[in-house]
Amino acid sequence: MKQPTGPSSRLGALGAFLQKSAFLMLAFVAFAFMLLGKADTVLVERVRSTVLDAAAPVLDFMSTPAENVAAVFSTFRELAAIRAENDRLEKENARLMRWQTAARHLEAENDALREQLGYIPEPEASYITGRVVADTGGTFARSLVVLAGTRDGVRKGQAVVSGEGLVGTVAEAGMRASRVLLLSDINSRIPVLLEESRVRAIMTGDNQDRPQLRFLKQRTTVSPGDRVVTSGDARVFPPGIPIGVVASVDDKSGIRVDLFVEQERLEVVRVADFGLSGILPEDAGK
Amino acid sequence: MARRGGLNGGYDPLRPTLWQRADVLLRRTVPGGLTLILLLMSVAPSRLPGFVHIAPMIALISVYYWAVSRPDVMGYGTAFLLGMVEDSLTGAPLGVGALVLLLTQVVVSSQYKFFLGKPFLVSWWAFSLIAGGAALIKWLAVSAIYGTMVDMTALFFSYLFTLAVYPPFAWLFGRVQTMFFREG
Repeated sequence: MKQPTGPSSRLGALGAFLQKSAFLMLAFVAFAFMLLGKADTVLVERVRSTVLDAAAPVLDFMSTPAENVAAVFSTFRELAAIRAENDRLEKENARLMRWQTAARHLEAENDALREQLGYIPEPEASYITGRVVADTGGTFARSLVVLAGTRDGVRKGQAVVSGEGLVGTVAEAGMRASRVLLLSDINSRIPVLLEESRVRAIMTGDNQDRPQLRFLKQRTTVSPGDRVVTSGDARVFPPGIPIGVVASVDDKSGIRVDLFVEQERLEVVRVADFGLSGILPEDAGK
Repeated sequence: MARRGGLNGGYDPLRPTLWQRADVLLRRTVPGGLTLILLLMSVAPSRLPGFVHIAPMIALISVYYWAVSRPDVMGYGTAFLLGMVEDSLTGAPLGVGALVLLLTQVVVSSQYKFFLGKPFLVSWWAFSLIAGGAALIKWLAVSAIYGTMVDMTALFFSYLFTLAVYPPFAWLFGRVQTMFFREG
């Protein structure tokens, strides 16, 4: 009777060695991913979008009960304020009716003037609608996962909008799901325009609720209450998508913008294809 | 040497062991699997104002709990993979969460003997230290990657919230532990 010593003991020793070095190897891999991520490689993006795709069906399933819980909460909140809300809406409706008349008038005038100038209209945007199935915030990142991917036509760099205005940009597009970088994320850089004064700036996030306006040409002309919209520079977004209003101007924290879009309230967003190439072309590395 | 099973396979001694092995293996996937499910649940949109910014660090609670009570059922690989999934879903720099969970697993499981037979309050107190260290390391790593000190306010509240929800999660994991790993 032979004892199967040779290969199995060697295997055992190998196993023990692997066990011991597993921690060091994995720690090394984690560091490697951090460095690769900083260099913005395709590999890191692949890993992320693969995980997203794998998690998409589960996220889809899990976000439904969460939505129901939230719906119950908001029903109670709405019931409490329903009379005041009705009053407010009636006043707003009256005000909007006046605006509608003004807008119709302006539209007609605009059309007439465009015709005289031989103006070439901008390409119409097409939209892909997706449900928000995951939502992360806090100190490290601000992003959403949307249930729409490359098979639906979503591509990296596209603008994501909701009824209130700009939400963010597509950071990674998987086949079934994509991750949206919110305007408040530390990696977010959006060329913007102050609507009234036409001052251009870059809006940068820093993982806090209110992004900052930087690189302004005329700083003195900015005051709280100014509307901020996309400028259309760098061909990332078309001009004029609403973003927010200037909340505060001070020397210490800079110029902060109150965003129109509230992250917690987003249930469905639209990924917009404006036919612009963007600054994050999909095939840049190839 | 005993006759090999071969054709008269009814009494093959290999069969039960295989099943047992499969059973043990399956049971060992429970802590990791449960954590994965909780992780996915924790990123589901809650729609509660402000909640998303202070959401508790679920994966950290789980990795800590299993490293304290059964370090053999959640290995380095599992902790690493959970961290990678967390980073991918949340959009944090890839590798940071993985490194933090891996370190937690290594540090805590090396102190396994210390926790043997200790009351719950001791493990809760130790968790407050470990979670504080983990949050700090993650903050340092993210700040180093972005080359700027990211704002810590949300992290601090998230840390407090994590401490507050530790007892119910520890209770849940305790139930799972008695259900799947019956001994003492």
